[in-house]
Amino acid sequence: MATRAHPYIANSSQQAKATLLQGAGVESVEEIFAAIPQELRLHRALQLPEPLGSEFALRRHVEGILAKNRSTSDHLSFLGGGVWQHYVPAVVDTVIGRDEFLTAYGADAYADHGKYQALFETASMLGELLEMDAVSTSTYDWANAAASACRMAARLTGRRQILVAATVSPGRYAVVENYCLPAIELERVACERGTGRLDLADLEARLSDETAAVYFENPSYLGAFEDQGRAVAEMAHRRGAEVIVGVDPSSLGIARPPAAYGADIVCGDLQPFGVHMQWGGGLSGFLAMRDEERYLGECPLQLFGLTETVAKGEYGFGKVLPARTSYVAREQGKDFVGTVTALYAIAAGVHLALLGPQGMRELGEGIVQRRAYLVALLRGIPGVLAPRLSAPGFKEIVVNFDATGLTVREINRRLLERGIFGGKDLSGEFSWLGQSALYAVTEVHGAGDLERLAEALREVCVA
Amino acid sequence: MSAVDQFWGAGAAEGGTALATIGLLVNPVAGLGGRVGLKGSDGPKTLLEARRRGAVAEAPGRAVEALRTLAGQGIGVVTYPWEMGEDEARSAGLSPTVIGRIAPGATSGDDTRRAARELRDLGVDLLLFAGGDGTARDVQAAVGLDQLVLGIPAGVKMHSGVFATSPGEAGRLALAVCRGRVRGVRDGEVMDIDEEAFRQGRVDARLYGYLRVPDEPSGLQAVKTGQARQDEILAGIAQDLAERVAADRERLWLIGPGSTTAAIMQRLGLRGTLLGVDAVLGGSILLADAGERDLLELLAGRPASIVLTVIGGQGYLLGRGNQQLSPAVLRRVGREGLVVVATQGKLATLGGRPLLVDTGDPDLDLSLQGYIRVTTGYRQETVYRIGASDRRVPR
Amino acid sequence: MRADEDPAAGEAEAGLVREEFRQAHWNEPIIFEISQAGQRGVLLPEPEARIREAVGPAAELVPEGLWRATPPALPELSQKHVLAHYLHLSQETLGANLANDISQGTCTMKYNPRVNELLAADPRFAELHPDQDEETVQGILEIYHRFGRILLEISGMAEVSLQPGGGSHAVFAAARMLRAYFARRGEGDTRDEVITTVFSHPCNAAAPATAGFKVITIYPGEDGLPDPLALKAAVSSRTAGIFMTNPEDIGLYNPRVREFIDVVHQAGGLAFYDQANANGFLGVARAREAGFDICHFNVHKTFGAPHGSFGPGNGALLCTEELAPFLPVPLVAQSGDGYRLDYDRPQSIGKIRDFFGTAGVVLRAYAWVMTMGAAGLREAADVSVLNNSYLMKRLEGVPGLDHAFAGNGLRRMEQVRYSWRRLKEETGVGTEDVHLRVADFGLPHYFLSHHPWLIAEPMTLEPCETYSIRDMDEYAAVLHRVAAEGYREPELVRSSPHRSAAHRRKDDAALSDPARWALTWRAHLRKGNVRR
Repeated sequence: MATRAHPYIANSSQQAKATLLQGAGVESVEEIFAAIPQELRLHRALQLPEPLGSEFALRRHVEGILAKNRSTSDHLSFLGGGVWQHYVPAVVDTVIGRDEFLTAYGADAYADHGKYQALFETASMLGELLEMDAVSTSTYDWANAAASACRMAARLTGRRQILVAATVSPGRYAVVENYCLPAIELERVACERGTGRLDLADLEARLSDETAAVYFENPSYLGAFEDQGRAVAEMAHRRGAEVIVGVDPSSLGIARPPAAYGADIVCGDLQPFGVHMQWGGGLSGFLAMRDEERYLGECPLQLFGLTETVAKGEYGFGKVLPARTSYVAREQGKDFVGTVTALYAIAAGVHLALLGPQGMRELGEGIVQRRAYLVALLRGIPGVLAPRLSAPGFKEIVVNFDATGLTVREINRRLLERGIFGGKDLSGEFSWLGQSALYAVTEVHGAGDLERLAEALREVCVA
Repeated sequence: MSAVDQFWGAGAAEGGTALATIGLLVNPVAGLGGRVGLKGSDGPKTLLEARRRGAVAEAPGRAVEALRTLAGQGIGVVTYPWEMGEDEARSAGLSPTVIGRIAPGATSGDDTRRAARELRDLGVDLLLFAGGDGTARDVQAAVGLDQLVLGIPAGVKMHSGVFATSPGEAGRLALAVCRGRVRGVRDGEVMDIDEEAFRQGRVDARLYGYLRVPDEPSGLQAVKTGQARQDEILAGIAQDLAERVAADRERLWLIGPGSTTAAIMQRLGLRGTLLGVDAVLGGSILLADAGERDLLELLAGRPASIVLTVIGGQGYLLGRGNQQLSPAVLRRVGREGLVVVATQGKLATLGGRPLLVDTGDPDLDLSLQGYIRVTTGYRQETVYRIGASDRRVPR
Repeated sequence: MRADEDPAAGEAEAGLVREEFRQAHWNEPIIFEISQAGQRGVLLPEPEARIREAVGPAAELVPEGLWRATPPALPELSQKHVLAHYLHLSQETLGANLANDISQGTCTMKYNPRVNELLAADPRFAELHPDQDEETVQGILEIYHRFGRILLEISGMAEVSLQPGGGSHAVFAAARMLRAYFARRGEGDTRDEVITTVFSHPCNAAAPATAGFKVITIYPGEDGLPDPLALKAAVSSRTAGIFMTNPEDIGLYNPRVREFIDVVHQAGGLAFYDQANANGFLGVARAREAGFDICHFNVHKTFGAPHGSFGPGNGALLCTEELAPFLPVPLVAQSGDGYRLDYDRPQSIGKIRDFFGTAGVVLRAYAWVMTMGAAGLREAADVSVLNNSYLMKRLEGVPGLDHAFAGNGLRRMEQVRYSWRRLKEETGVGTEDVHLRVADFGLPHYFLSHHPWLIAEPMTLEPCETYSIRDMDEYAAVLHRVAAEGYREPELVRSSPHRSAAHRRKDDAALSDPARWALTWRAHLRKGNVRR
């Protein structure tokens, strides 16, 4: 046993241990561990690095390791593809840094009333963005939300096939596969190679009475707006299939939400609102659906609703249809549910409240304008084709480099030397796009940044 | 208003909601026999003997205890005259509406049945009765599943799963139902023990049917499932069994009594009997409501399985409500041929106590003990223990 | 025993029970209600003039049918008002860092060191993009690799993935791995059953079911331990594996765990260890020696990372060499003197989450373990189980209180499931009432139990190594007090809480009525479900 008192262990002193032993009525802790058979005991100390002990030493150590990282704060980055660089206002970090929100867990909505209200408000703000009345609590990320939506659709319709647009994120698709196969079949629907929009003829050919749902993203992973949403929904509904749409919610200040063109279930990620990227750790999936019992009844996540308490004028929050979740029904619940990403959902609410309608509008407008400016700047750079997909888009542009004779890998290596993180290499997962990269533009990119990128590409794109 | 008053009175103070009404029915002779050592209070001869021994009726006092919780709560109470509810209601501080006519001091099961029907026809939100299994049988015969019912435990025999755990609990649950705080319902078994057999030392319980009873989160399970969810779970069990039955058409399937097994018959598209044992072969009914002799004939030379569920609140698998499955039948089928189905919720109410068997053959009982797989959902099973039963009549 | 007969009651209460505690009760309006047109919380950088001149209005850059005519109806508040609103809400929440959270049993509510928050806020972590070139993220790769190695040593396993976002997620990944493993052996169709126990976390049943398994649940024997005979009835040639916790949430360690695993192994199945309850065993016993093939840790419980009001968490997944090929991709591997992401794993189950997992949780956990060291971890385990025994003794004599399987003569480990059944029978006051009343004294609502409630009127407490003797004495004093109230003035308890941020909900049934439920403010406005 340790001889030095430990700041994180109140009863580590000898006196405290003596009191514990006496109070517990045992001579030593070994009497308690005697329940464990000797052959299962570890008979040596764990071989771990020497403890750093002091906070000072800990900071030096960890900060020393972090110093080996380059980040989007010291490099000009155009990476996106599901996690984006957006400015996080100080108030957001202040609120989620509060120990109350940071260290609360699952207690009920009396002593933890505030947490439930904050989460209800996030759901409500999302409801306004999406124009939907039923928004669930968060899940791990957009990928898991999409996967849950697919499983819901299969249960709702009793059918086994989901049609997934070719232009959804490969990372998200991989997760959807894990949740669906083999019980639920997944089939890809082609996109128009020129525009990047969904190929409606291909969709029509694949839709059948076995289709549980159609899933597409808007804007797509490749950045293109999908303006055929209404047609897709009509085709799917005519066949009795559900329509699931994934959205980057930061587009909803200027773009009509999926519910407006017939979506039944909507998913996406809250990361753009107040959540630092954290190497892909800062994700928070959301799920919204038609406010009907049959939809809510299939949702695997916790659902909370606004209610009254016995005190006049007071709000309360409580569980909606709890018997549906695995917490109550175990293997008979819908899929499974666990600790998710509530703190990030709270952050998103704070951020949305700070933005307000005008901020949301400006966010979206600024992004499409900067994107268009980048396109204009890249035009005329020899060998560079931007945009590679002609449909209007949001945040992301596919830039093709085939004519330079260079690979994206090489171009990005050269850009890195210039302090720039080039767009994500699409040549592996979207080989039909050749040597193309996905460049993301948000409100953090000023005109100067875009001009710097154009200048750098001009320099590096000579073989 | 203090927080406490707010808690209890809030619902009543708000306008706009219809006044909740309870139909009250007291069996004045229930419980008469118990204290003086009689095994029931049925029949005029037994009643006379009870009174001769100085018995005092239990039901009225129990009913008053339950009703006290309802006083001053703005709940409407409709009841039958004098000792069938009016007296008890007034003693508890209520001002009941009285309907019907009785001959005081000389009431019988007929009066119980008539009162139950009339209260149901009035559309009461809850029919609250004070009595035992006999009274439950009468109520069940009168209203079936058409009425939400709750029993105040006040009889000698209370094997039926329609009673609250105590008079106080009955009052509290009734109030919660009236306040709209209890949405769950379940089907409670109405069971009764054959008096004559019992007096000869045999416990011979029959399942008479089901009553719809309020199902509240408390005690052993915090969240109860609503009707829609219950149906879904039963459908899962039914689907699982239906697939097994369909897959083995050479096998004789004996489907035992109970609402869980009835769901299986429904899934197979067959019209079975809720309270009897139905024999199914090759996808159709060979014989419905078969007796022991029928079963032995049908079993000759065929592989067979018996689909059983848990009957009643004490967790009996065999020996309560399904005596057609006699020791001879059971030996013919063998333990391996037993297929048990039950919802997780039902198992949870056993609070860890084992499932029980009481076939009348102690050696057979012993051989049935041990773990058995219970189908609790579609492709879901629970391994549960069959244990020794206490042969005294459980209270 | 009646409250006024309990000698410990008076003395225990002196000075420990926070009689004057009152949680902030702002009766805070829903944020939409304090919205004022024209207010604004933050300004965004505007596109420069040359951008706007070059490209024109945004409306022309969006397909006409998709252009949103009116901005979404978000609330409008000045920055201060947003901050104040959320600070009010935070005051109406009790986190483990400020409250005596022995309450949330099974959740290991230990101190979440503030220094780790500073580290996680460092932009050289917080502003990393997952698609950055590996060379630019050697620091975080190093942390992932090292933390992974640390967990391997603690568990005795051979390989690790930090991808799952929580315990349930890890269980799902493990179930998928089992499917892949048996499919590879040609037994995919025949090994379709999984066994679990009724005292395991519900995810041990639900996640394998989601992965397509048939689930067989076994109940405990009379001593509260999983019964080997029940296991034998459940096991067959169709068994793919067993998913179990040890000790289970009731606090009992199953000394026959090795036998359980052997039975499953002999039947050809594998064994998964849900280590949500690892805190009492760090450095004491490992998954490997017990014979498990695959296990997980709740990093946000055992390793000091905050619970975040219900996430983000992390469910580190570890396994033997034999199962390693099936772990989700990518793993973090060494490469020269550095690290790389290893995607070259053809038998992997693929991904259960986009990117690499909740890196912020991993970073904080790494910092925590590096502070504690092996001795600190062992100390945490020792103190957790000692604290638990101490508290259990302090609670003896609380009127109406028992603990599950009290007569079985077995010690409890790091947590205990208690039962207020006697209190309920004798007074009508049950666990749901007590668990609300404790908040009137500043204690978070305690954890009752997972479903189904085999133990009536349950209460599950876990005094992990953060909690002091005074904390435990306070907890005992409050429970004594509330139990006494149960006997003396039951209505007070049944109508509590009285001094929390909110009072009892009026009608839980309305929340499950489609005509009345409101998951959002707009739904409430449409349905008018709540009258203020």
